[in-house]
Amino acid sequence: MQLSREQMLQAYRQMKIIREFEERLHEEIQKGEIAGFTHLYSGQEAVAVGVCEHLTDGDTIISTHRGHGHCIAKGCDVKGMMREIYGSAEGLCKGKGGSMHIADVDKGMLGANGIVGAGAPIAVGAALSAKLDGQGRVSIAFSGDGACNQGTTFEAMNLAVVTKAPCIFLFENNHYSEHTGVDYAVGTASDIAGRAEAFGMKVWRGNGSDFFETYEVMREVLEHVRAGNGPAAVELDTERFFGHFEGDPQRYRGKGELDRLRAERDCLVAFRSKVTEAGLIEAGMLDDVDAEVLKLIDDAVAEARAAPRAKPEDVLTDVYINA
Amino acid sequence: MAVMQLREAINLTLREEMDRDPTVMLLGEDIVGGMGTAGGPEAIGGIWKTSEGLFDRFGAGRVIDTPISESAIIGAAAGAALTGKRPVAEIMFADFVGVCMDQIWNQIAKFRYMFGGKSRCPVVIRVAYGAGRNAGPQHSQAVYGLMTAIPGLKIVVPSSPAEAKGLLTTAIRDDDPVLFFEPKALYAMREEVPAGEYLIPFGHARTVREGHDVTIVTIGQLVATAAKAADALANEGISCDVIDLRTTSPLDEEAILDSVELTGRLIVLDENGPRCGLAADIAALVGEKAFSALRAPVKMITPPHTPVPFAVELERAYLPQVDTVEQAVRALLAFREGDPR
Repeated sequence: MQLSREQMLQAYRQMKIIREFEERLHEEIQKGEIAGFTHLYSGQEAVAVGVCEHLTDGDTIISTHRGHGHCIAKGCDVKGMMREIYGSAEGLCKGKGGSMHIADVDKGMLGANGIVGAGAPIAVGAALSAKLDGQGRVSIAFSGDGACNQGTTFEAMNLAVVTKAPCIFLFENNHYSEHTGVDYAVGTASDIAGRAEAFGMKVWRGNGSDFFETYEVMREVLEHVRAGNGPAAVELDTERFFGHFEGDPQRYRGKGELDRLRAERDCLVAFRSKVTEAGLIEAGMLDDVDAEVLKLIDDAVAEARAAPRAKPEDVLTDVYINA
Repeated sequence: MAVMQLREAINLTLREEMDRDPTVMLLGEDIVGGMGTAGGPEAIGGIWKTSEGLFDRFGAGRVIDTPISESAIIGAAAGAALTGKRPVAEIMFADFVGVCMDQIWNQIAKFRYMFGGKSRCPVVIRVAYGAGRNAGPQHSQAVYGLMTAIPGLKIVVPSSPAEAKGLLTTAIRDDDPVLFFEPKALYAMREEVPAGEYLIPFGHARTVREGHDVTIVTIGQLVATAAKAADALANEGISCDVIDLRTTSPLDEEAILDSVELTGRLIVLDENGPRCGLAADIAALVGEKAFSALRAPVKMITPPHTPVPFAVELERAYLPQVDTVEQAVRALLAFREGDPR
């Protein structure tokens, strides 16, 4: 294990922030405080953090409709995100985007995206841009097992291979594309990475519920791509703890499935057991992080509630840079 | 000044802008041509020859020949633009925007707005558009009307070689996404083109013929049709004010309204269909803002509400012709003839 104690605590903190952000949103949405559609990332934290802990602001990622975790992991301001989701004029996107469109280009976060499969071609372009600059930067497209069926994803993978773009296609297989099981919707259900392999790139597979495994896989993948070997793909097996969207009755879940997933495949629980049992970090330190994160999320919600609402006249701004 | 074809003016502009700004890059199908063949790179230089010589000059990093993958082309242009480049993507035929519509209207057009004004996406998408070459229903459409309805995009339609240079230069330097519609029937049209830096600002229409009897608002390849009609009518003592819009978004409302205030009669000559299109849009504009100036009903001259047909006779019947415009002008002048103004 090559991670320092500080790095491990940072990773844990990031995963915990994502988890508490999402769990709290789940509660607030039920109270009717938040408008629109929200797709929560709880359960998949080890993927976003295991990937993004390797990246700098110069590396770019593009996300999905289930984007909060990727945004937080890539360094978007958590309070700004909360204000955005609450529809404030002071949200990260001034209330224009909402949950599905949070972005911070300066942080290399090219946006959550409401269109399944739209991100992969955009990531290839960012990768070609990075290649032209020649500074070893990479671009990563987060996709789910849903997006792996979109033609845009296929086009993007082929273009990346043809142009040797430093692009990584990161498939988070959470076993459900919306309300449909991967066994039905994906012709190669047990092997999404194999599709990328068929396009001519090197692929990796791993357990996305294990932060340490994800982190190590990504170390290898990034070494390969930064060295100028062209694109790569990664399939990480993971679980989502909530529905496709908030309000989804999840009738497609098996009996006791969610309880079982939370008991057996919680990446935060796994992280805690691993580092405390190995004597790497004392439980008390993790408890301190937990408390600090809970306060951060409490503050974020309180501030978002109090933040100024978006003003009607703002509907007209930012359509063009020079109209 | 040098006389050149429209395709040469495009090629020259791309070369000059790429020389000037290292962030300008090109993407598209066969824009190099011959990649992976015995004939070698530069076997084609674009099917319209608009990118000839650019691969040799700027290399594979800036002139990216892509597989046939329109969504990937436009998506890649978007990603490059978000990270500081000025990509010029070529979609071979305007009709193919249907293949990559999501990347255009849900991605490129919306980034700045939905990210709260904190991103720039200076993509230019060049497309060859229009009827007149018997290319049939899927290779002949004038798609700019559809695209004009999309907020966040700028829509540019040049009508000649010099116009193409001035407008494409502006498009490449603009910080917003631009769709640039090249009239493919005019690629071989020749005209004097200004040497050196030449920019035409968006949203400023051009008066092609000055007149006081009837206003003809048009754009793209139909500018020549309107000018021919105006010249023929001048022999009958009828003068037409022919306005080339140059851009449909932004739209030079003032030029249209000023002319209609003068003439009191409006023809909108457009290559899009009659429904929910540019002609209807401008007719509504004038109905709303210059109603009292009108001395006759607004006349829309457009193709019918049909696909673009293939056969020579059918395509001619589809595309507005010079004599149709002439007849429409005479009809407007005859409307309530003798009524006091």
